[in-house]
Amino acid sequence: MSTAKTTAGADRSGTDSSEQYLTFMLAGEEYGVDILRVQEIKGWDKVTRIPHTPDYVLGVINLRGAVVPILDLRRRFGLETIEFGPTTVVIVVRVMSGRGERTVGVVVDAVSEVYNVDADDTKPPPDVCGSVDTVFVKALATIEEKMLILLDIDRLIGNSIVDEVVPAGAAA
Amino acid sequence: MTIDPEMAEIVKVFFQESREGLDAMESGLLGLGATADTENINTIFRAAHSIKGGSATFGFAEVAAFTHGVETLLDEMRNGVRPVTSEAVQTLLQACDCLREMIAATEAEQPLDQGRIATLNSDILHILGERPNEAPPPAASAPNHGAGPAAPAAGPAAGAGQSTGWRIVFEPVAELLRLRNEPTRMFAELERLGTFAARADVSRLPALDALDPESCYLSWTLEVSGQIPRPKLDEIFDWVDSHCRLEFTPTGSATAAPAAVQAASCAPAPSAAPAAEAKTAPPADAERSPAAVSAPVQKAAAESGSIRVATEKVDGIINLVGELLITQSMLSGFADGIDPDDLDRLRQGLSQLARNTRELQESVMQIRMLPISFAFNRFPRIVHDLSRKLGKKVELKLSGEGTELDKTVLEKISDPLVHLVRNALDHGLEIPDRRLAAGKQETGTLELAAFHEGGNIIIEVRDDGAGLNKTKILQKARERGLVAADQELTDEQIDNLIFMPGFSTADQISDVSGRGVGMDVVRRNINDLGGHVQISSKEGLGSTIRIRLPLTLAILDGQLVRVGKEIYIISLLAIVETIQVPRERVNKLVGRTEVFRLREEYLPVVKLCDQFGVEPDSRSAEDGLLVVVEADGKRAGVLVDDLLAQQQVVIKSLESNFKSVSGIAGATILGDGTVALIIDVPGLIRSVINSGGAISAHAA
Repeated sequence: MSTAKTTAGADRSGTDSSEQYLTFMLAGEEYGVDILRVQEIKGWDKVTRIPHTPDYVLGVINLRGAVVPILDLRRRFGLETIEFGPTTVVIVVRVMSGRGERTVGVVVDAVSEVYNVDADDTKPPPDVCGSVDTVFVKALATIEEKMLILLDIDRLIGNSIVDEVVPAGAAA
Repeated sequence: MTIDPEMAEIVKVFFQESREGLDAMESGLLGLGATADTENINTIFRAAHSIKGGSATFGFAEVAAFTHGVETLLDEMRNGVRPVTSEAVQTLLQACDCLREMIAATEAEQPLDQGRIATLNSDILHILGERPNEAPPPAASAPNHGAGPAAPAAGPAAGAGQSTGWRIVFEPVAELLRLRNEPTRMFAELERLGTFAARADVSRLPALDALDPESCYLSWTLEVSGQIPRPKLDEIFDWVDSHCRLEFTPTGSATAAPAAVQAASCAPAPSAAPAAEAKTAPPADAERSPAAVSAPVQKAAAESGSIRVATEKVDGIINLVGELLITQSMLSGFADGIDPDDLDRLRQGLSQLARNTRELQESVMQIRMLPISFAFNRFPRIVHDLSRKLGKKVELKLSGEGTELDKTVLEKISDPLVHLVRNALDHGLEIPDRRLAAGKQETGTLELAAFHEGGNIIIEVRDDGAGLNKTKILQKARERGLVAADQELTDEQIDNLIFMPGFSTADQISDVSGRGVGMDVVRRNINDLGGHVQISSKEGLGSTIRIRLPLTLAILDGQLVRVGKEIYIISLLAIVETIQVPRERVNKLVGRTEVFRLREEYLPVVKLCDQFGVEPDSRSAEDGLLVVVEADGKRAGVLVDDLLAQQQVVIKSLESNFKSVSGIAGATILGDGTVALIIDVPGLIRSVINSGGAISAHAA
């Protein structure tokens, strides 16, 4: 699984109102990102650390000649950190930031599934005051009685890279 | 006339070529001595003509009209009718500048500077009008040329301007095609205006064996119907009207004047030139507003980041790729398993592959390389103008114009170079009287030289002027507190004080006989390019400024250093030396910052481990190696655990997927595929000095 590759847009099915999401596990919850933004999934490998960056920026890797930053999503959300295990993977996504498109890798516990999510099945996230991290949540979806947290990766990653307007949740 | 979106690309090429044409004109004009060198004038004329033709084709009527005047003047010079006077050359040079601005404004869709255009136009007309035997009133024609609202020539025709069609008799001279005009293109323009029909007259066509394929033997009767204002037609024929006979007749109109004929039979004879000049103006003016609103050229498209590459460079790369493929197919033959006997062949193949790859990389890098003449070419003009203004006699010598350097470096070095040249002219070279009094040649020499030296580019700006006044510089530096009162400096150190920021204020130009303004800016720009600048000067004999630059910004000669488990890269250009630190030469300032005594200097010690937060082998300066680096004239010792290899690394930007990080200039990928960070030496030194560990680099 850790070496599984997805091609963006491949076997895209469903109607106009449905979108495909790649889901992954993080601290027991299942999160989803728009599959069209996913460039590839690769196993965790050593990174080169970068000084003067928040702790959720683990470093940079060489992705076929491009220098790509790797973010730890657990640290980004201020969750308890764990040892990287055999299922730990890096999902390489393309995000739009204030200064154009960036390629960024995010470390998650494991990849899970690819779901067709119907727009009708999604609900806006509850307005939890004080929780800064919910701004990254695009919607909540219910699939097979499970809750999927659909992420807005442009806000989540684009922001942390270019603007750093949102302080690292890991400080908690 | 409108420009289709798909024309935008072609228009862009036109702008680019026009700029090159203007450069050619300018250098040609500067080369015009007292005698009229026909070949040179021809070159200038051709450049002007291309600009005129192109701008008319793309509907930039004002540019075309303006260039027409320039062209007329040049034509007369070419034919020897008009002497090449320095005033005329000066006017033409100004016209070049004006055209450059017009082209830039047109490209950016900005309004043109009408006042300037009109002034220059009347200047040109004035020169053209200075003819004793045949004097058309220049004063009268000038204003209506520049901004005249109504055009007298278009007067009679304008009444019939709303006719339902035109019959045009178009009889070009034989040279039409050789002058790079294309009738079919004009016909295509006409076709856009309305229903169009052309009838060719082949009566002048000679027998096949007598036919010159470059001559035009045809003439045409053209019919175009529709509500077409006369200026539209004039515009189309604007740039051929001096090479053809034209007859416009309105057709099918109720108000049709019997024969509103305007025959413009202008052979390129000089005597008729002013008339042609006056006639081209009306279409230009009438067409101004439509031309301004159309033309959907992209704004600010000037710096498209494109690059013109010599074909041979591309061919070289194609050849190399071919060789690479051969090597690859040879190596893939081993895929089925290697016989021990094949080992030699495999090794051979691999070394071939290595060589191919390296050569390919070099060739690809070559694409970005441009000769420094791109930067040098503007100096003849600058020197010409400035020496005139300052009343100095200067001979400019350029050498090594073919030396190539990276496009980015080239673009960024131009301004500092201009600054240095201006300084040398302004403050370095003396006025003729003083030179004679000093026993020197009346004419000063300014030399610009570029050459390679050990993987770097060296650019030298040499003058044989007065040199720097060391006494005054030192005195000034002491006043400003840049140098301690009792400090002894070598001559070289004194000279290089002019690069200190404190020496850049304007009031010192008059006091210090050397250079002054913005030398610290020059140095900073050069340092930002990873380069180095230095001045040496002999009083009374002149100064030499020496700029050392890396060949490219994309590749860096790096020293790999290790701190703990991390590997960093320091540019070899920044490294002065690397030393093992004896314990007794390290001191602590206020208990914390470590300083190191290197010969006569105290250097702050930068600990990479603390700066970058990595766990090092050792924390004290005594156990590590100290890499002495220099930037902006300040030195520091960088403490590392180990020195590894020196190698060329390809610089990758951290910003393309991330953001800039302080202290880090970029990243690269090492041979094992891992990423290593490149240290930003100037930034590192700045951060140390700003963060409180302030230690004068020039401690006694």
